[in-house]
Amino acid sequence: MYDVVVIGGGVTGAFVLRECVKNGLYACMLERENDVCMGQSKANSGIVHAGYDAKTGSLKAKFNVLGNKMMPKVAKELGVKFRNNGSLVVAFSEEELATIVELKARGEKNGVEGLKIISKDELIKLEPNISKRAMGALFATTGGIICPYELTIAAIGNAMDNGADLYLGFETASIKGEYGSFELTAKDGRKLTAKIVVNCSGLNGEKVANLVGDNSFTLGGRKGEYILLDRESGDLVSHTLFFTPTKKGKGILITQTVDGNILLGPTVEEVEDGETYTTSEGLSSVSSKAGEMCENVPFYNTITSFAGVRAYSDRHDFIIEESKAKKGFINCVGIESPGLTSAPAIGEYVVNELIAALLPLKGNDNFCPVRKPDCFFKNLSDEEKNEIIKNDPSYGRIVCRCEQITEGEILRALRENPKATDIDGVKRRTRAGMGRCQGGFCQPYVAELIAKELNVPLDTVTKAGAGTEILVGKTK
Amino acid sequence: MKTYDLAIIGGGPAGLAAAVAAYDAGAENIVIFERDERLGGILNQCIHNGFGLTRFKESLSGPEYAARFISLVKERPIEVMTETTVLSLSRDKVLTAVNKTEGVFGVKAKAVILAMGCRERSRGALNVAGTRPAGIYSAGTAQKYVNIKGYMPGKRVVILGSGDIGLIMARRMTLEGAKVLAVCEIMPFSSGLKRNIVQCLDDFGIPLYLNHTITKIEGDKRVTGVVVSKVDGNKRPIAGTEMHFDCDTVLFSVGLIPENELTKNAGITLSPKTRGAVVTQDRETDADGIFACGNVLQVHDLVDFVSEEAELAGASAAKYLKGEAAADGKVINVTAGRNVSYVLPQKIRLSGNENVKLFFRVTGTFRNCTVTARSSGNIVASRKKKIAVPGEMETMLLTAQKLADVDGDIEVMLETEGE
Repeated sequence: MYDVVVIGGGVTGAFVLRECVKNGLYACMLERENDVCMGQSKANSGIVHAGYDAKTGSLKAKFNVLGNKMMPKVAKELGVKFRNNGSLVVAFSEEELATIVELKARGEKNGVEGLKIISKDELIKLEPNISKRAMGALFATTGGIICPYELTIAAIGNAMDNGADLYLGFETASIKGEYGSFELTAKDGRKLTAKIVVNCSGLNGEKVANLVGDNSFTLGGRKGEYILLDRESGDLVSHTLFFTPTKKGKGILITQTVDGNILLGPTVEEVEDGETYTTSEGLSSVSSKAGEMCENVPFYNTITSFAGVRAYSDRHDFIIEESKAKKGFINCVGIESPGLTSAPAIGEYVVNELIAALLPLKGNDNFCPVRKPDCFFKNLSDEEKNEIIKNDPSYGRIVCRCEQITEGEILRALRENPKATDIDGVKRRTRAGMGRCQGGFCQPYVAELIAKELNVPLDTVTKAGAGTEILVGKTK
Repeated sequence: MKTYDLAIIGGGPAGLAAAVAAYDAGAENIVIFERDERLGGILNQCIHNGFGLTRFKESLSGPEYAARFISLVKERPIEVMTETTVLSLSRDKVLTAVNKTEGVFGVKAKAVILAMGCRERSRGALNVAGTRPAGIYSAGTAQKYVNIKGYMPGKRVVILGSGDIGLIMARRMTLEGAKVLAVCEIMPFSSGLKRNIVQCLDDFGIPLYLNHTITKIEGDKRVTGVVVSKVDGNKRPIAGTEMHFDCDTVLFSVGLIPENELTKNAGITLSPKTRGAVVTQDRETDADGIFACGNVLQVHDLVDFVSEEAELAGASAAKYLKGEAAADGKVINVTAGRNVSYVLPQKIRLSGNENVKLFFRVTGTFRNCTVTARSSGNIVASRKKKIAVPGEMETMLLTAQKLADVDGDIEVMLETEGE
């Protein structure tokens, strides 16, 4: 029997799981898809927010500020790229200039350090491509950028390296029993038992809570569409640029990603069922808003567009608490933005406060917080590259030419926790296929490496699990 | 650091022909870097015929065409490094490359020929709305799966874009038992060769929808269908014209982009029109001793023309190595005028007694027209044409005799009757 079962393989679940093993709990994660990080943690802005935005006193504010402070260390331990690039909330009118002053005050109340109002001239110095209409900005020096799936996968991998188990394709259909002896059954009939259940199931959080008779909240979904530009245009901006929030909403952001691309978006649209298709209206609204923020946005360098969904609760705040309907069942739901930033702090809180109140934490002297980082071959010096190739010649073969990803990195993604089993899984772990040709050249190579590693025929290799086979059979 | 007289980046048709021509013109100590396992480049997956009609007066398959040049390379003392990727290039001709056996190594060359070819534009670049399921490929990727790996990417296919690879794949998929429902082209004309439209679409009854584009891709796990709409003169979809196709596969054949990342990083000037380097008639870039040819320089219609251009670059590199490079004559610009989208070379060194062949594309379909090269109001060359289309590259010869009188920039334009 597990001490703790975490339902949901997103970033929140990842850090809950990691904190569990760090504290000596026997823990596992259930994920209904065939890979982790397949829901809202897969497609968001990748921003480590400073914490001025959330309402003072809310859980969002609390965990955002804490998570922001934890992130540099966490990223270092997990070998994940993180950059403290700073955020700018740009004002385009007198009214907005007043709003950013309020934001600054709110941020300071929330405990955010390093907030300052900067003038138009200072803004232009920081961001030469900013629209000439910009009048000033709130500069949040603690804002940062991180890759959400890189972080999630690394945290889960680190937890697994320290003894946590992962069950993929496990769609929880029923939860029976009580605190101390929950029995969870998957749709496919697999069963396991645990003393405590933590519900980190994102958009499905409400359905999962309903399984134990908890109807205390409802969740809604908001879709956001994004456009991603080639690294070649990566110098369009260096900070993360936000519009000043108005009654009409927050508008989009423009940011460099931690991998050097430019990300524009998201739109905000209520959706029923977690759908993530893009629309021509959505994408054109992203481009027109981006054009209001910056001069000469190089849309010709678009390499892809996508949509993600975030779940929000009817309390309009995170819900992180033991269920009142079921002892030993802990909800971490409604984790919309700033959920990515907050995740490390949520993980600590859930384990050190909520779980500790139920089970004694034994501690774990053997816990190793450091995950051997992915090598990111292209970022190494020539000497380092040669050292790696000497030990493993597969690092001497570039498979993804656009992102310079080697065969060695792909094999590693297929072998290390949590193991990739499909094309998209390799892509999220290595970036092979994320460049300007979007996998046009490397996909057949990656598919072959997967087939070889899993010892299966090429036409059983999938893009993202059963039903997404990339090929439909042999030629005549 | 390894040293070579001539380093050629890319072992496709351009790199092969350049190497042979350079050697035959007196260059020695030549190396070809090829990232794939074998020489030949994209020709290896082009198993259809029609290659070599201009050059060899016979119809060869892609691999056969490549084989002729590969054997010419092998007959000569030209070093070939396969599965070797060039990671960087500098203006002073220092490269770094990597492979499994030697790791990362530096190369110092006296001359460099860029022959990296091109890549396909992807679905992502077009912002096509909808889902992102399995079953979406660029035409060349599908071609690799079918012709090299022996697997089918799908059975009911809609193709966006009427570039040559898309047309070829429409026929190839049909021959392999798939149903190609439609080829959609957002422009009022195809960018593919006329012969491919006839032989790959018309002969198989595959409809070509001009002025149409895919406005939505459907399907959660696998593509289940697409919505195709007619577009107006500004390429905007017209409401009410939507057609739905049930399909499991979408192929994109929406343009080729020269792969100039190394070129850009070396600080070599590129043309925004061709997305290749700006070159002189010798195919020399604005970096001394660095030449470019083939699809990395401009996207060609036929491999025969790639070979021709590569031989020019190879011979120029050999001349450069022997110190016979053109004297510092006056350099003039060649620009695209009315109805012409680009002209290459973009610069001509007025050094004396040589003819210069111009390559250019027109911006639309024109009948009974005249293409003219003018300099300071004087006609340098002029030629009548029954028809000119964007899908077929045009050429025009500027004779040494005419060039001798040229002093200022040359503009190439197309005029229709009555203009």
